[in-house]
Amino acid sequence: MTSEELSLVFESLGPIALGAIVGTIPLALASFALGLVIAVLIALMRLSKIGIVSGIARVYISLVRGTPLLVQLFVIFYGLPSIGLVVDPWPSAIAAFSINVGGYAAEIVRAAILSVPKGQWEAAHVVGMSNRVALRRIILPQAARVSVPPLSNTFISLVKDTSLASLILVSELFRATQEIAAFSGEFMILYLEAALVYWVICLALSAAQNRLEKRLDRYVAH
Amino acid sequence: MSRTDPLLTVRALAKSFGANQVLKSVDLDVPAGTVTTLIGPSGSGKTTLLRCLNGLEVPDAGTVAVTGGPTVDFGGTVPKRTLGELRDCSAMVFQHYNLFPHMTVLENVIEGPVIVQKRPAQEAIADATKLLERVGLAAKRDDYPFSLSGGQQQRVGIVRALALKPKLLLFDEPTSALDPELVGEVLSLMKQLAGEGWTMVVATHELQFAREVANQVVFMDGGVIVERGAPAQVLGSPREERTRRFVQRLTHPM
Ligand SMILES: Nc1ncnc2c1ncn2[C@@H]1O[C@H](COP(=O)(O)OP(=O)(O)OP(=O)(O)O)[C@@H](O)[C@H]1O
Ligand SMILES: [Mg+2]
Repeated sequence: MTSEELSLVFESLGPIALGAIVGTIPLALASFALGLVIAVLIALMRLSKIGIVSGIARVYISLVRGTPLLVQLFVIFYGLPSIGLVVDPWPSAIAAFSINVGGYAAEIVRAAILSVPKGQWEAAHVVGMSNRVALRRIILPQAARVSVPPLSNTFISLVKDTSLASLILVSELFRATQEIAAFSGEFMILYLEAALVYWVICLALSAAQNRLEKRLDRYVAH
Repeated sequence: MSRTDPLLTVRALAKSFGANQVLKSVDLDVPAGTVTTLIGPSGSGKTTLLRCLNGLEVPDAGTVAVTGGPTVDFGGTVPKRTLGELRDCSAMVFQHYNLFPHMTVLENVIEGPVIVQKRPAQEAIADATKLLERVGLAAKRDDYPFSLSGGQQQRVGIVRALALKPKLLLFDEPTSALDPELVGEVLSLMKQLAGEGWTMVVATHELQFAREVANQVVFMDGGVIVERGAPAQVLGSPREERTRRFVQRLTHPM
């Protein structure tokens, strides 16, 4: 590497990291939080005994999982304006990503709820709880433990998927990289640098996931 | 309440799972302050009967009446609230304890009193601590269930039931998941509770417990009550052939 290339790497690291800090990370966090709320709702609907309710949830999950994320993003950002609904880049991105996470995580949450032994519902009823209270106090906390590993994977995928938001003009990590690359012409170096930054973020998240799992393990037999 | 007042009256209780009629017109009277043991072969309907008393299973027909509580006629549709009132009359102790694994021993015990019954937390904690002391588990109050032995877990299960202050305690084979050397500690606690005047219905294979503690032994087979009476009579000189064979098989397994 020449010294010019090296100094380009260092100079660009600032704007790229800034893109991660003000773009990628908040975008992923907001979308994931919202997506989890959607996921729990859809999972509960999917478990409902009422046919229409579980049917709606089933269609939602199928639609989300059966269409590309990029297409979902474009429908919201470029499609909606043609029916008079103009949504800004950030809200568009958060909407698309959280709808997407909601679809994938719903199946994880549903499986986790079903994995809690039936005896836990029964014990909850014996102490006098309604279904709603049993779900909140007894079932979901245990389901949360089970779903941490798969949900962490969903979150890590989401962090990488947020790079798609660069295509609807959200200034995040990858868009910051693209701008510098277009200006300097050093595509290889800059895109590898972006890849490296994503990798470091994902490594940090994996480490955080491990710590979280250990913490949650405190009430599980070894 | 004196011993002759019925606390629980069950009439013509029936329950099917699909084509499988598991309870066929069961009548049962449980006087206040007495211990009734349900015995019978596997699949005879003991668990189902207990679950029907607690509203974990909704019977198809028949009535369940609790003195000072609701009288529920399962012939018609039963409102959710009535079912809830029936459920609140009793507390079930499970074969596999079913403690809440994400809560400490103390949290398990106060969950019902505080979250459901809305008792002040301080009061519930004081009550729970007293109960845990009584069963020798005060030192374990901040431990999680997984770290306890089966016998300890079951004693917590019993304390959790007691903390709800129910009129009636239901036990579904409370010792059959335990290692043999741990059975005694649970049975002796149950014996103590009987001595304190708790009204208990216990499904069990422990005939010795039935002999020593029960006021009434009920032998079920195929969803009906075949025979009932004082332990000495039902276990000592059964009138029915089926009872005799069952008792013999449990007493002399070889
Ligand atoms: N939820 C259910 N769905 C279908 N069948 C059931 C259900 N629960 C119980 N049964 C059936 O009802 C019958 C009686 O079961 P129950 O558990 O009440 O017997 P039990 O006397 O408690 O037996 P055990 O001594 O094995 O515990 C069995 O044939 C069982 O298969
Ligand atoms: Mg049983």
